[in-house]
Amino acid sequence: MSAVDDARGLLERVFARDAVKVFAMFAGIWVLFYWFGSQLGYADPFILSLVRRVTFLSAVYALAVLALNIQWGYAGLFNIGVAGFMAVGAYSTAMLSGSPGGTPPGLGLPLPIGILGGVLAATVIGLVAALPALRLKADYLAIVTVAISEIIRLTFNSPAFADVTGGASGFDNLPTNPVRTLLLTEPGSIISDPTGIGQPIFSFATEYGIQRLTVLNTIYTLGTLVVLLGVYLLLERAGKSPFGRVLKAIREDEVAARSLGKDTQNFKVRAFALGCGLMGLAGILWYAMGPRASVVPVNFRPPLTFYIFIALIIGGSGSNTGSILGGALFASLLFEAPPRVATIIGNRYDIAADPANLVQALAPIGDGELMPLAGFLLNNIDTLRFIGMGVLLILLVQRRPEGLLGARKETAAAVSLDESTRPGTTPERTTAAADGGEADE
Amino acid sequence: MSDRSDGPADADLPDDVDPPDDEDLEPESEDSAVEQAAKTIPRGVPLKVDGLRKEFGGITAVDGATFSVEAGSLTGLIGPNGAGKSTTFNCITGVHEPTDGSVQFRGEDITGDRPHAIANRGLVRTFQIARELDEMTVLENMMLAPGGQRGESITRSVLPGLRSDVVDQETALRDDAWETLEFFEIDHLAEEYAGNLSGGQRKLLELARALMTEPDMMLLDEPFAGVNPTLEEKLLDRIHELREQEDLTFLLVEHDMDLIMENCEHVIVMHQGRVLDEGTPEEIKANEEVVEAYLGGEV
Repeated sequence: MSAVDDARGLLERVFARDAVKVFAMFAGIWVLFYWFGSQLGYADPFILSLVRRVTFLSAVYALAVLALNIQWGYAGLFNIGVAGFMAVGAYSTAMLSGSPGGTPPGLGLPLPIGILGGVLAATVIGLVAALPALRLKADYLAIVTVAISEIIRLTFNSPAFADVTGGASGFDNLPTNPVRTLLLTEPGSIISDPTGIGQPIFSFATEYGIQRLTVLNTIYTLGTLVVLLGVYLLLERAGKSPFGRVLKAIREDEVAARSLGKDTQNFKVRAFALGCGLMGLAGILWYAMGPRASVVPVNFRPPLTFYIFIALIIGGSGSNTGSILGGALFASLLFEAPPRVATIIGNRYDIAADPANLVQALAPIGDGELMPLAGFLLNNIDTLRFIGMGVLLILLVQRRPEGLLGARKETAAAVSLDESTRPGTTPERTTAAADGGEADE
Repeated sequence: MSDRSDGPADADLPDDVDPPDDEDLEPESEDSAVEQAAKTIPRGVPLKVDGLRKEFGGITAVDGATFSVEAGSLTGLIGPNGAGKSTTFNCITGVHEPTDGSVQFRGEDITGDRPHAIANRGLVRTFQIARELDEMTVLENMMLAPGGQRGESITRSVLPGLRSDVVDQETALRDDAWETLEFFEIDHLAEEYAGNLSGGQRKLLELARALMTEPDMMLLDEPFAGVNPTLEEKLLDRIHELREQEDLTFLLVEHDMDLIMENCEHVIVMHQGRVLDEGTPEEIKANEEVVEAYLGGEV
């Protein structure tokens, strides 16, 4: 009975408010990109593809941000090597599950083993990197992680190991996308006969004029969302528990936590390992298979780490729900939206001017000519959005350091800690506590 | 052993004589029974500091301090600024590793143990400047402290079958936490973030939180600093109550001489890193050297 109550209580808690926020946000993103698509004159299948693309990017960002949140948001561990741990995950899975016949050769192990191996490899590398640094002050961890991240990337990039890693051109021989294995008799060929499962799905899609590639990618994206939900639930439970409470205490004041008998070193190591493993998972789902599969060193440069940090700060570090919101908002609004907006504006207004530099764009303003500036901004939107991210980061840190949700202060406990839990308060108030009906005993 | 000669080796400590302290303390009739028990069962003396030295570079902050604290006592540790009181605290609780000397707690050597290990043995401390956890609620602060929490394991907090155990334990801890908050009369602040508390409330919270670890002995570093007189009274009442009901032992550093003299039955005076004198408040007051060193000859 208590297990049922427990499960129901958990569901209630998870889907009470946070789920609404997340669904509302995704719905908003979908509507926005549907609108973008229609403004761009896309046919519905292409709009689906656009929405799918932004959803996938949102999901993988959210996954990486969740992993960082357990380290930085909860325990205050300043890991600026996120990209490196993602690289370890993606490369390891590629190497373990790539076909032995390809170049560079993989080990040809089943994909689940490859994924598990990738996650473990990221965990182990994280531990090796961090164990000495975790003993020191926070700054040293930051230095060590950013250095290890670059060492990882440069090692994969190095011609010396090109036989194994593919060097600068990356590990080309990627494992087969699991969705292809599921839906196609010959996963390598998209025009091969569908499997029993694939048959109805493809024929359904064909009715709406949706191409096979879009179907495969959409299903993969849905799978990523499922993994995201799983990781969210895992971290939500780990965070809302005595474990998460100690991590928060370490973030707030490690000396105090130690003085209360908490082996803070041990907690930091475990939190760091968990985070690194999940970063590896994010790297695997993002790069080692699926629509954006490409295991190339340039994918894992330090800016990736900074994007994930920005996304975490947007959502509010310390909150798992905020991490998902931040990751998705960053990926969709800051990353994917600006180029669409620029195209839409470019299509609607005839802005022919294309000044070569900022001086040529600004000088005509004196004559009342705004078009050169508009043209300059539109043509350089890809670059300008990075300035926008920087400005946003500064504004957030100054004006709203707690992030969008401000949930850094969510209480970390397996039970509700509000006033109604005071012993001796009226029973109906106690049972009303949203902690799974455990409060009354 | 070597430390014992350390103390008296300095000529300015003529007949305060550290060595006898351990064996045949002050000849007080009611204490001697405890003292006897302490000799046979080392657990009777919760804390024994022997020849403690701590050097920072060329500076000797603690220079061979030797003293012991009796079970169930409220012992005051006083001394002028720079006497080495806080460093002594830090050495006892593992924040600093002593350069020399030993610290025993309930008959076991804890010298150089890590702070969390010492706290888990039942010797818990508070800080001169309260270290409440600002972005956690008062109740959360309280729930952090207890030892042996099952949910500190990731697997137990995460796996469905095991989590119900964690929830049960959390529920029980929460009740304890409420009770302790009520005892300190800060239960109305339970949902408040600790960072929003006043200085005095933080001190109360820190004491309450330390109590949640179910310690045998508490080291309080200036628990009354920055606390208004009403709250100070409240704090003192609680300390006396805990001592009587829970048989807790207290060692406290304090600057307020009157407070120490009125409340402690045993006082240790430190000066320049050494124990200058120890005894009952009356004995301390009578010692001209203490008056000289600490009170500036006023009293």
